[in-house]
Amino acid sequence: MKTLAELQAIRDKARMQMKMRGDNREAVRVVVGMATCGISAGARPVLNAFVNEIEKRHLENVVVTQTGCIGMCQFEPIVEVMAPGKEKVTYAKVTADKVARIVAEHLVNGNPVMEYTIGNVMK
Amino acid sequence: MSMLELSLYILDIAQNSISAGASIIEISVDEDTGSDLIIINISDNGCGMTEQQASRVDDPFYTTRTTRRVGLGIPLFRLAAEQAGGKLTVKSRPGRGTSVTASFVRSHVNCLPLGDISGTLAALIRLNPNLDFCYRQSLDGNSFSLDTKELRRVLDGVPLDNSEVVSWIAGYVNEQIELLSGEGNAKPGQNDLK
Repeated sequence: MKTLAELQAIRDKARMQMKMRGDNREAVRVVVGMATCGISAGARPVLNAFVNEIEKRHLENVVVTQTGCIGMCQFEPIVEVMAPGKEKVTYAKVTADKVARIVAEHLVNGNPVMEYTIGNVMK
Repeated sequence: MSMLELSLYILDIAQNSISAGASIIEISVDEDTGSDLIIINISDNGCGMTEQQASRVDDPFYTTRTTRRVGLGIPLFRLAAEQAGGKLTVKSRPGRGTSVTASFVRSHVNCLPLGDISGTLAALIRLNPNLDFCYRQSLDGNSFSLDTKELRRVLDGVPLDNSEVVSWIAGYVNEQIELLSGEGNAKPGQNDLK
């Protein structure tokens, strides 16, 4: 059973970690389309998979955010990865099982997964 | 374009509340086997709509958005309700907020399953840690609730989008839903957070 005591323990642990963490570098942004088109195409499990995978790998410098409809509904779920100083990479028709690879290859190693990008999906 | 879970429509309609600048979003799901109904309500304190705007929420070609010229959130939710023998109503006042209520006949063959409610709440909280969400679910009068305002008091400055906090919330909601549907031995509310 989830108890308030458990939540308090999470709070205390989080406080410790916040103290140790030095925030200096600019964050990488992972932007998930969460309009009607994105949600109906499966954005919710994709979003939750990104957050879980980023947490599992303890990536401190990544923020997951949302955007609305960007006008390419047929390619949803769309995920944009914006790293400071690099060109934006747009992934199309993302599913939860593609997320681990995007996190490993792109967010960790800095190599976009070309076969999942919108340019390739459109072909 | 259709969604296979009621919880996805809830996520979609809550996005409208967020776009309307709401700071508090209340979501309730009330299921009653006697009346054979599921009533879903999403209420917010966002900017609301004028009568003229509210009268056009069903018009897919009316939207305040500029990237895409059709707005399908409310029409799709209404369709899901009507296909399951229910209906949808929108109440809104400019400057006060909007309340969307949809009903579903639960035994209707087209009534969609509620689906992954904890996934919807986790997504909403992760993406909007500064907003408050109050979720309440009941079955035949037994209910549980989760209010991020109350969690904030416990968390005392630790953000709601901390991943362990979100996991705790999702786990709590899943447990309570199981208790409601009688899959566990304990009664919901035994683990009351207040």
